[in-house]
Amino acid sequence: MTKNFEDHDSNNLIPRNDEFGLSKAEQDSKFIADQAPAPLLKQLLGFWVTFKSMFKKVNTVQYPEVKEPTAPRFHGRHQLNRHPDGLEKCIGCELCAWACPADAIYVEGADNKPNENYSPGERYGKVYQINYLRCIFCGLCIEACPTRALTMTNEYELADDQRGKLIFEKEDLLAPLRNGMVKPPHPMYPNTTDENYYRGEVTSAHPSQGTVNND
Amino acid sequence: MSDQLTTTTDVTLKIDGFEVTVPKGTLVIRAAEKLGIQIPRFCDHPLLAPAGACRQCLVDISINGRAFPKPQASCTIPVENGMEVKTQLTSTVADKAQKGIMELLLINHPLDCPVCDKGGECPLQNQAMSNGNGQSRYEGVKRTFEKPVAISSQVLLDRERCVLCARCTRFSEQIAGDPFITLNERGALQQVGIYEKEPFDSYYSGNTVQICPVGALTGATYRFRARPFDLVSNPSACEHCASGCAMRTDVRRGKTLRRLAGDDPTVNEEWNCDKGRWAFKYESARNRITTPYIRDESGVLREASWPEALSEAAKLLLNAKSAAVLMGGRATLEDAYGYSKFARIALQTNDIDFRARLNSNEEREFLANARPNATYKDIDDADHVVLISFEPEDESPIVFLRILKAVTKRKLAVTVISPIKSRGTEKLKANFISASAGFELKAIEKVDGLTNRSVILIGERALETEGLLSSVEQLATSKGAKLGWIPRRAGEVAALTAGAIGNLLPGLRPVQDAKARVDVQTVWGINQLPTKTGKSTDEILKDSDVILLGGVDANDISSSAKSQLSNKKIIAMDIRFGTSTEVAHVILPVASVVEKNGTFLDWQGKPRSFESAVESLNRSDVRILSMLADEMKRPINLPTVKAAANEIAQFDKWEKSTSNWHVSGTNTENLNLGPTEAILNSWRLLLDRGSLQEGEDNLAGTARKTIIGLNRTKAEKLNLVEGELVKISADSVSISAPLKIVETEENIVWVPRNSTGAQLVSKFSKPSGIKVSVSKA
Repeated sequence: MTKNFEDHDSNNLIPRNDEFGLSKAEQDSKFIADQAPAPLLKQLLGFWVTFKSMFKKVNTVQYPEVKEPTAPRFHGRHQLNRHPDGLEKCIGCELCAWACPADAIYVEGADNKPNENYSPGERYGKVYQINYLRCIFCGLCIEACPTRALTMTNEYELADDQRGKLIFEKEDLLAPLRNGMVKPPHPMYPNTTDENYYRGEVTSAHPSQGTVNND
Repeated sequence: MSDQLTTTTDVTLKIDGFEVTVPKGTLVIRAAEKLGIQIPRFCDHPLLAPAGACRQCLVDISINGRAFPKPQASCTIPVENGMEVKTQLTSTVADKAQKGIMELLLINHPLDCPVCDKGGECPLQNQAMSNGNGQSRYEGVKRTFEKPVAISSQVLLDRERCVLCARCTRFSEQIAGDPFITLNERGALQQVGIYEKEPFDSYYSGNTVQICPVGALTGATYRFRARPFDLVSNPSACEHCASGCAMRTDVRRGKTLRRLAGDDPTVNEEWNCDKGRWAFKYESARNRITTPYIRDESGVLREASWPEALSEAAKLLLNAKSAAVLMGGRATLEDAYGYSKFARIALQTNDIDFRARLNSNEEREFLANARPNATYKDIDDADHVVLISFEPEDESPIVFLRILKAVTKRKLAVTVISPIKSRGTEKLKANFISASAGFELKAIEKVDGLTNRSVILIGERALETEGLLSSVEQLATSKGAKLGWIPRRAGEVAALTAGAIGNLLPGLRPVQDAKARVDVQTVWGINQLPTKTGKSTDEILKDSDVILLGGVDANDISSSAKSQLSNKKIIAMDIRFGTSTEVAHVILPVASVVEKNGTFLDWQGKPRSFESAVESLNRSDVRILSMLADEMKRPINLPTVKAAANEIAQFDKWEKSTSNWHVSGTNTENLNLGPTEAILNSWRLLLDRGSLQEGEDNLAGTARKTIIGLNRTKAEKLNLVEGELVKISADSVSISAPLKIVETEENIVWVPRNSTGAQLVSKFSKPSGIKVSVSKA
């Protein structure tokens, strides 16, 4: 038994002995398995630590009944944002997929048909998937997004019982339609180009774009 | 470099302090490449004439100590002895000049890289990073244009992205001979444009998209579909015609998204045609066959398992009185070899024919005995090219580009024997001899000036005139001219080489030659081969009772082929539902070109190997034939494409041929044409109703329109005006299309063979050489 221990690097094996107040020399000569019980005083010292912490404030949260707010810039589930008139900000450029170190994002772009825009301009993201089994929440995709379409929410409850459910589709990621927004596809705001959208000059939907959402 | 190796035509110069010796006339930019020094460039393209349009490649040059006062464009200046070149790497002047040019180019270039198709593989993006300033000093408003402008149904133009390098216009003018795209306006408003009334109507327009160094020209089909980093690129070969282009197939998640021209200087250089580039959706079409089918007693197709389908097919073939194989011209060498071996061993017959199209016995003899020997190189070196029954722009577009290159570069003499003077003939500035189908023999006599450097290219359509193949072969032999036989489809030369025809065994060995049979028996390890010459396509359709069809479309053969097939037991191996599966009793799915490995032989006989680009459960024809043969207990032992290729390699070349196969043509005498009658002539246009172009709407948008072509005198006699709807009819069927006045003989009427509304093969008794009456529709 002893021989077997000696075969190993003894320094790596014994660091735990430090906690018992053994000197380096003692560590070299003695092994945990061979220890006699520590002196009573030392044992009481250990219990004192336990005793002291009984009066400290408890950190435990009764999750999921109680949910603590995250830090404001916590990296949670992604969201695909919308322009104020309801058009999607995503243009399907795939820069997020390009930036992703975990290869968790899959995008397919497509052409906006005239007056049936999903996004301002020519191109929109037809397929948008994020695989949360792969995502490492590093946020590089957010940095890469040229239109601020992709941002992260603080939602962290991303667990499920099937792997397939953790591949989020575009519908799952899109920001909800707020009041005053029109569900795409619909025409762009009259007499605007995509640039007006990017400069934030479109601030609401125009009646010609369709029926607004009033939930 | 030793002095002995340099000849008087070599020039030695110094670039960035390094000495380099290059042939005289080399451009500085190319000499720098030889040293591995990269000078940024946009307009420079090795196959186009220098333009010096973008000014990005500025370098500092001095000759024998005398310096040019300003930086020079290295893409336009040929090297000289004693020249000393300083690129951006050693000269601050050159570096500053390049950065300045880049800044100017970027002033009006939009910042829309995220939506631009070129993003990620863009020379402008890359070189702005490597040779540009990080910051622009420009604060004004960028020039904008309406975008995108569709300059044809396939090519979209974003003018604001253009850096005016003139690659596209130079390509169209110098290489394709279709100057339909030019630079308009001057100064800041200069822009690429097309004529107001003429679209960008070129069969080669896709190349402009490929060589555009920015995203100014993009393909409508690929637009916004993917990013370069999504794609897995595979070298491949084109399956559309016998030109044999090297290709690159870009695949995303098992789906082909685009195809680009590959670089093969001995074949397609760096170009290809729009059909090769943009016709690939057929492989993922909805009518793809993915599982075997069996037709039940009530005549309805039902899905079946592989074992059941194979056993049913084997039963049919074993119980046949006379089983035969017909295969289309699209099989690879290995697959064709599988069919060939399957017919000989499993069916114990020579009844196999790859010519599931118009065919003649004279053609079969020609294929067995003539030894066409022309190559692309011969066209480059030729003193005279004669085209007979062959319309290169439509039937083998890369051959056309080669001839056109020699015509523009060194005024190559071209003679075309064809029914009408086509646009291709005009572009080749050819000596045009008008001859209707059936009358070419007389026209051949008019061809003179043939030497042993001349090239005669004869198309597949030559078989439609009796005696034509014979006399052309005799003509070529007598003058020592090179002869090239250019079939329409990519697999025909391979099928011929594999012996998928009744009178030949693999390697062009005649069935009737005992020594040839022994060769084949040795490789195959059998004692007996059928000795009777096999039936031709027409005879098979008439006499055989069970036919194995490999990728055959009955509408390619004749108007009666489909009804003939419907009386027989058919086993169809195909990729999609079509005319063959409609009459089939057993259907076995096979792999399409992107899903399998294989080799095509181009018209020169040069192997064009390719590997599967897409993972698939579908298997190559040869694998399925091998399983079927096993099921019949007559194994052919070709479990993989590789096995077939290895076995093919065991055959030596067979050079012997007989010389007394020639047929003398009758030089069809007067057809007794009535005043309203004319002789029907036709060929297939490049873009038409071909089955591999189905579903390619953007491509179809640039197809030439269906017309009925007559010469002016005839039209006037019949009181018809150009553009008016005209009808041609024969055998109580008719076709109508707008009239077009063409340069031709008076007794000729020309119609595209397989275009919308004019599918001649499945309609008329013959698609050419028959009498039709012409009238107002």
